Amino acid sequence: MTVSMSTSLGNLQLRGPVLTASGCAAAGKELDQFFDITEIGGIVTKSIMLEPRSGRPTPRMAETPSGMLNSIGLQGPGVDSFVANDLAWLEQRGATTIVSIAGNNTEEFSRVAARVRDHSAVKGIEVNISCPNVSNRGLVFACQPESAADVVAAVRRTVPSSMPVIAKLSPDVTDIVAIAHAVRDAGADGVSLINTVLGMVLDPQTLRPKLGGKTGGLSGPAIRPIAIRCVYQIRAAMPDFPILGMGGIRSGLDALEFIAAGANAVSIGTAIFGDPSAPMRITRELEEELQKRGFSSVKEACGIAHRVER
Amino acid sequence: MAVQVKATLLSNRRVGSYHHLVLSGAGFASGVRPGHFAAIAVGGDNTPMVLRRAFSIHRATEMTAKGSVVELVVSAHGPGTQWLVAQPVGAILDVVAPLGRPFALPRDPVNCLLVAGGYGSAPMAYLAEELIARGCQVDMIFGASTESKLFDTLECKRLARYFEITTDDGSIGTKGRVSDVMPEMMKRAETAVVYACGPMPMLQAVAKVSAQLGAISQTAVEESMACGIGVCMTCVLPVIGDDGVTRMVRSCVDGPVFRGDRVRWDAVGTVPSDAYGAPQSGGH
Repeated sequence: MTVSMSTSLGNLQLRGPVLTASGCAAAGKELDQFFDITEIGGIVTKSIMLEPRSGRPTPRMAETPSGMLNSIGLQGPGVDSFVANDLAWLEQRGATTIVSIAGNNTEEFSRVAARVRDHSAVKGIEVNISCPNVSNRGLVFACQPESAADVVAAVRRTVPSSMPVIAKLSPDVTDIVAIAHAVRDAGADGVSLINTVLGMVLDPQTLRPKLGGKTGGLSGPAIRPIAIRCVYQIRAAMPDFPILGMGGIRSGLDALEFIAAGANAVSIGTAIFGDPSAPMRITRELEEELQKRGFSSVKEACGIAHRVER
Repeated sequence: MAVQVKATLLSNRRVGSYHHLVLSGAGFASGVRPGHFAAIAVGGDNTPMVLRRAFSIHRATEMTAKGSVVELVVSAHGPGTQWLVAQPVGAILDVVAPLGRPFALPRDPVNCLLVAGGYGSAPMAYLAEELIARGCQVDMIFGASTESKLFDTLECKRLARYFEITTDDGSIGTKGRVSDVMPEMMKRAETAVVYACGPMPMLQAVAKVSAQLGAISQTAVEESMACGIGVCMTCVLPVIGDDGVTRMVRSCVDGPVFRGDRVRWDAVGTVPSDAYGAPQSGGH
């Protein structure tokens, strides 16, 4: 029996449930050496900002138990170069593309959204309101329902109603369900759960922060239980709200855990650094896991953790 | 183009402070040039070590019977590299290679000086052979903190016209740094191009001496990497482009080899305020 691997995030139809996570696949080109990027659910590109951005000083990375900290700081070429080079390549390649956008303020988010909304390669927009690697915690819009909603509403107004807008949330909040309600009310078509968790490591020699940016975002299997909890909470509170789940997925079984907790699709992030063919491998493994358990489709397994035993 | 292969460990031999690994796999030696590197997954299935470890390729041979062969030199200084050097012959390793931009070779036969620090000598014999095949004259200086941290000196001594060793502790060769003996060697050898691989402070000194004596330098940098394939933006350093603009470029795909006069050595570990996209105020 074959398993139907197609899924959807709102009105965005996906051929498979496994996508790349923003910031872990650049714009797909490098990974295309290792597998056919048109065969996975989609590429979520690294968050792009209005202007070119150098990012933070090095060291930007520290490996931690079952994870890593990064303090890249949204390095990127700016949206004009992104459209001319990366989006053009993705379109020619025929990859399903979700563009992650970031900004220093609501207006910047709108302006970036306006630059990419009409590009035929773009099938959805992920609004990164939760990058922890910014100098001012006030810029982590996803930490407050009001600021999260302001950004999402501005992007929603900027792009056509047919364009899916997905808000990427931070787990570093007291009540993530309240943030999810706020972004849905502001017009989001779904949420990405979760961004990295704010963390720090000290250098064992100097006993000072190891990263150039001092704090960084923790990712990898270490944060998977946090991500599963967030997906489960939001699925419980909002039964029909599309969820793109991510946070430490390294195998097909990990992906199934997210889907069972309520994710409609999943993104692969840090696992790509250890295994550049991870998105394709995890797609195959997930299919096997579903088949083994007698599921006929991804959709059938979605949210099954919430069903009461009879 | 890089490939990801399951490679078999054919040999694992201790050499001084290092381990010399020989791996066989399908297609990963094709297109290897001196200066390319390989990235290996460590720790086995479900390991807490989520990132690959990167190693400069010592040699690569396209073979027909056992597939192609890639040789690496590993300095076991952390849990990941310690796991790697403890692997038995016959172990299967997940390897991505070849990665990075290799050393650029001169069009004309010129006098080349190869400078290495510690296990930075890993690619030097291979590089020397390529240069000699192009009619270049090859001289070398190898440096290390102590004798056991030199690698491949016998083979390289055979390939070089002039060959010198420096150690910090004077256990062999001249006591001091490679940059201490470079000026005299370069004058004697009439060096036009310097190739260097080693720790960042050594590369900075090599680039400076090379520039002072009017030679072009090609430096293979060592920056900590998460992915090795260009997607994570971890391994960046400030490098001046052809247009004169400093950018934070990735050492894994834009390097690891850079022209020594293009790297902003004093600013490594920072984002210079004149770099492309640098923060206006308050940082990123």
